[in-house]
Amino acid sequence: MASNHTVVTEPHFLFGKLTFDSIPYHDPILVTTFSVVVIGSIGLLGAITYFGKWKYLWDNWFTSVDHKKIGIMYILTALIMLIRGFSDALLMRSQQAIALANESGAGYLPPEHYDQIFTAHGVIMIFFVAMPLIVGLMNIVVPLQIGARDVAFPFLNSLSFWLFVVGALMLNISLFLGEFAATGWLAYPPLSGIDYSPWVGVDYWLWSLQISGIGTLLTGVNFVVTILRMRAPGMSLMKMPVFTWTSLCANVLIVAAFPILTVTITLLTLDRYMGTHFFTGDMGGNQMMYVNLIWAWGHPEVYILILPAFGVFSEVTATFSRKRLFGYSSLVWATAAIMLLSFVVWLHHFFTMGAGASVNAFFGIATMIISIPTGVKLFNWLFTMYKGRVEYTSPMWWTVAFFITFTIGGMTGVMLAIPAANYVLHNSLFLVAHFHNVIIGGALFGYFAGITYWFPKATGFTLNETLGKWACGLWTVGFFLAFMPLYVLGFMGMTRRLNYYENPVWNMWLLVAGAGALIILCGILVQFYQIFASIRDQRHNRDMTGDPWNGRTLEWSISSPPPFYNFALLPAVRDRDHFHDMKNLGLAYKKPKQYHRIHMPKNTWAGVVISGFSLVMGMAMVWHIWWLAILGTLGMIGSFIVYTFEKQKDYYVEIDEVEAIENAHYERVAHANDKRDDNAAPVTISI
Amino acid sequence: MSTELAAPPAGYTGYIEEDHHHDYGGDVVFGFWIYILSDCILFATLFAVFAVLGGNFAGAPEAVELFELDYVLAETALLLLSSFTFGMAMLEANKKNMKGVFTWLGATFALGAGFLVMEVNEFIHFTHEGAAAWSSGAWSAFYGLIGTHGLHVFAGMIWMIVLWVHLWRDGLTEGNHVRLMCLSLFWHFLDIIWICVFSVVYLMGVL
Amino acid sequence: MKKSVVKTSALLLVLASTLLLSGCNYVLFDPKGPIAEEQKSLIITSIWVMCIVVVPVIIMSIWFPIQYRSGNKKSEYRPTWEHSNLIEAVVWSIPIMIILALGTITFLTSYSLDPRKPIESKEPTMVVQVVAMDWKWLFIYPEYEIATVNEFAMPVDVPVEFLVTSDTVMNSFFVPHLGTQIYAMSGMENRVHLMASEEGAYKGFSANYSGFGFSGMKFSALAKTKDGFEDWVNEVKNSPEVLDDENLAKLRKKSRDVPPAYFSYVNPLLFSTIIENYTGALNGE
Repeated sequence: MASNHTVVTEPHFLFGKLTFDSIPYHDPILVTTFSVVVIGSIGLLGAITYFGKWKYLWDNWFTSVDHKKIGIMYILTALIMLIRGFSDALLMRSQQAIALANESGAGYLPPEHYDQIFTAHGVIMIFFVAMPLIVGLMNIVVPLQIGARDVAFPFLNSLSFWLFVVGALMLNISLFLGEFAATGWLAYPPLSGIDYSPWVGVDYWLWSLQISGIGTLLTGVNFVVTILRMRAPGMSLMKMPVFTWTSLCANVLIVAAFPILTVTITLLTLDRYMGTHFFTGDMGGNQMMYVNLIWAWGHPEVYILILPAFGVFSEVTATFSRKRLFGYSSLVWATAAIMLLSFVVWLHHFFTMGAGASVNAFFGIATMIISIPTGVKLFNWLFTMYKGRVEYTSPMWWTVAFFITFTIGGMTGVMLAIPAANYVLHNSLFLVAHFHNVIIGGALFGYFAGITYWFPKATGFTLNETLGKWACGLWTVGFFLAFMPLYVLGFMGMTRRLNYYENPVWNMWLLVAGAGALIILCGILVQFYQIFASIRDQRHNRDMTGDPWNGRTLEWSISSPPPFYNFALLPAVRDRDHFHDMKNLGLAYKKPKQYHRIHMPKNTWAGVVISGFSLVMGMAMVWHIWWLAILGTLGMIGSFIVYTFEKQKDYYVEIDEVEAIENAHYERVAHANDKRDDNAAPVTISI
Repeated sequence: MSTELAAPPAGYTGYIEEDHHHDYGGDVVFGFWIYILSDCILFATLFAVFAVLGGNFAGAPEAVELFELDYVLAETALLLLSSFTFGMAMLEANKKNMKGVFTWLGATFALGAGFLVMEVNEFIHFTHEGAAAWSSGAWSAFYGLIGTHGLHVFAGMIWMIVLWVHLWRDGLTEGNHVRLMCLSLFWHFLDIIWICVFSVVYLMGVL
Repeated sequence: MKKSVVKTSALLLVLASTLLLSGCNYVLFDPKGPIAEEQKSLIITSIWVMCIVVVPVIIMSIWFPIQYRSGNKKSEYRPTWEHSNLIEAVVWSIPIMIILALGTITFLTSYSLDPRKPIESKEPTMVVQVVAMDWKWLFIYPEYEIATVNEFAMPVDVPVEFLVTSDTVMNSFFVPHLGTQIYAMSGMENRVHLMASEEGAYKGFSANYSGFGFSGMKFSALAKTKDGFEDWVNEVKNSPEVLDDENLAKLRKKSRDVPPAYFSYVNPLLFSTIIENYTGALNGE
């Protein structure tokens, strides 16, 4: 780690702050990682070149504006980043497991390294794992659930994705070139200011979040418009599937909250680059304002992450209980209530800052009020199972694991919301345990349930069920082993982000937590193997009908994977569970009388190119290479302008092509129907 | 309570049989409204920052000493007038009168440029007087808020040039009309923000 | 096979109980002062109140999926049942009632345990000024004109008002045995009232990450009898070091795992000077 670069010299006019010393070649851990990454990348790029796949990738994936492909790319990127973020977690757990000391420097990671690791872990897991997982799921599912042929602004969608990739890329470059922030994931000033963090770590943090954050903001605008304006005829708001509802609320939150992040990061950037005094400790700056602003974004962000997961659980519970969802309107109102309330609770992240009793009481009670609609949601899912026929598929495993885990997380959350109790629980491992409890046991389990549930829709074959259940079991056991000890340690007064400690009793619990992390590792390995094995065996688990789970909503009415235009004819919706209704009426899988030309957007280079320039701009800003930053910025604006001048951004799919694709689907359905045994639900076909 | 759905109307197939036309231009305008809303929140945040830091001059010259209301009024007049000229451009666009659109857009551009020149000039003047962006929290907030507005105006002017070329190449197509509508929204929005800036920053600053 | 399972689970049970019952390690449940005492009972009360809803939910989340599993054809199956006013009323009202109760407790304790609220006592309140530095704590006793680093003492049963600021980045002043932590921020004076009711040496630390030396930013909080406290003050007064400009400059330098140090004299205005360094009153002109 080259974090001792406290000497601020005048940046070189060509290379800025960049020198040979910026490469941490003296750190064996990083050199090894770097070699592995380089060899791996050379191998991958070489393989793509050898097999001549560049054109295929460029034409079919990189320039694609198809929401399903973009969704898949989001999830793939998230899984890669999960490896990075989880490696950080393992490093932290192992450091704390052996960091019992009587003097400084215990364990194997010095604070200069360790502090970057916990910062990177938080940033990666929230921005580059959880966010892309959920945005990816929304991309794949939402247009299909509302009967749309794509999102409202397909090019913006591609741009959002590539901007996000640039953010992730910059964060990973920081590992091998310079340093990452060592400030904690929210980079509170003055610690993140230029006086206390003089080198490039915080700048990497700023630019990678700024660039990917703008991508997220565009996603928000895109999906709000998509959901509000592109629903199939007949689908009123109260007939939308719950996942779409929760996605709508999450995207409204993005539109409302991410501008605050943009401003906050920009102002901190100005403080660092221009010497302004927004958040400095002196000259009239106000560090408390930063904390307020970052959490005014940060708390809605938590709900951006969890609301769609709630949507997944609603879909999964109803489908596998073989029942209509209990209390649909209750659920919708609860979601909307959470969405609104999430903007009036941000102060509960810093009760200990010294606000008055009335202010603390207000925010504490507001926070507790959120637990009411959240509790109602839990009851609704439970009563969906009640008098149902619950099938234990792996998405249902994740869901039941979630019920129990999340309830505990909710309880500890309410405890933290009581200001007077928060005064002793805040910043402790109790807090760390709480938010992992709701983010893993709430959001992440939901994403895993959703990925398993919609995997066949996106790819055309199901994931291996046995391995999926193993993964769920290992994750759940690992989670409890890894995080229940942290609650205990919180009661023992252990504070967060410690590099070493002296209490031998803590050590025992930290060893247990470390063991839990290893079990989670097994869960992750099983998941990767599950994906590998399912791709290997895809002939056997192919989804021929497009409806592997006997689903209820629109997305199951079309083939898996869906044709690029999704719906040959737009559905006429009269019920929330439209496809279930069709099956009941015997209307499912009926071939329509005639097709029409379909209007579709063309692929575009613009998303990749604009984002490429943003990478140049971001890296140049991090290293203070001003001429290159100007070039990058001009490149971004210029390529965008060039894109606007392109004619022919769309085209028509002719009737013949539609008919051929649709007929192939109906044949597959007929074939699948022949092979079905008598116990299975009959699929009616008429051609 | 159980929900049993009534039988569907005769001939119900679950599909829309006829070709469905979707209003893409409407999506764009609606999406632009959503963007404007998020931009509102961006400015609201900057106003909040200004409200918190506005009094922290920390020894730098105070706003009262530097603000010249006449000068700012002239700036305001330029921007308000540019909103009017843009409105005229839109009227001409609705009449499909290209020449009128070009003329009024030209006037809008000139007024916007005048506003920006005055603003930059003011910034240089204040900086010389010892009130730079790095002089104190209050001045940071001042430049942060007004600079962001200025940057928006600048972006609007670049957009205007690009749109000129679009109009010159393709004429008043449906796509260009939608673009014009979005830019007009953007421009009026900046005007409204400026009125808030004028009242909160300048008027309250000299009071 | 069976035996080994029994053996393992017995071993696990023993291990678990030793871990759980290593009593005094649960600092938050081992209060040494009235504030921490109330916070302990507040935490326990809140857990009990929430169990009213948490326990049934956990039971239901295990019972329902088992009872209504698809294999169990005997259980009732109502695929179109989706609404019940009674159930809706119950699932909304129970959380609301619990939150009403907890909200009331929250409201009351926000005032009664407000860090700024003086602790009622026959004894007059003592003032200790606390400054977070990179990476150590400076304690100033303005009445006695003494200062210490990474150690402070307080007499038992005497309320103490801690005035907290920072000469560096944000930190949090926290002695878990005594209760309530409070942020230390430059240019600002935060205050927290605490009292010890039992003699002892309690661990204190910074609870808000503040940079590379953060893990070593620990101090001892000594709760002593009145005489013991006087002795301690005298001991500090006998220290050869005074907190002059030179020593202050030394303290301001970054240092990690700093051992306790005593200063027999300090300018009682030092605390406010440190704050004013940041507020800008001294920055201009």
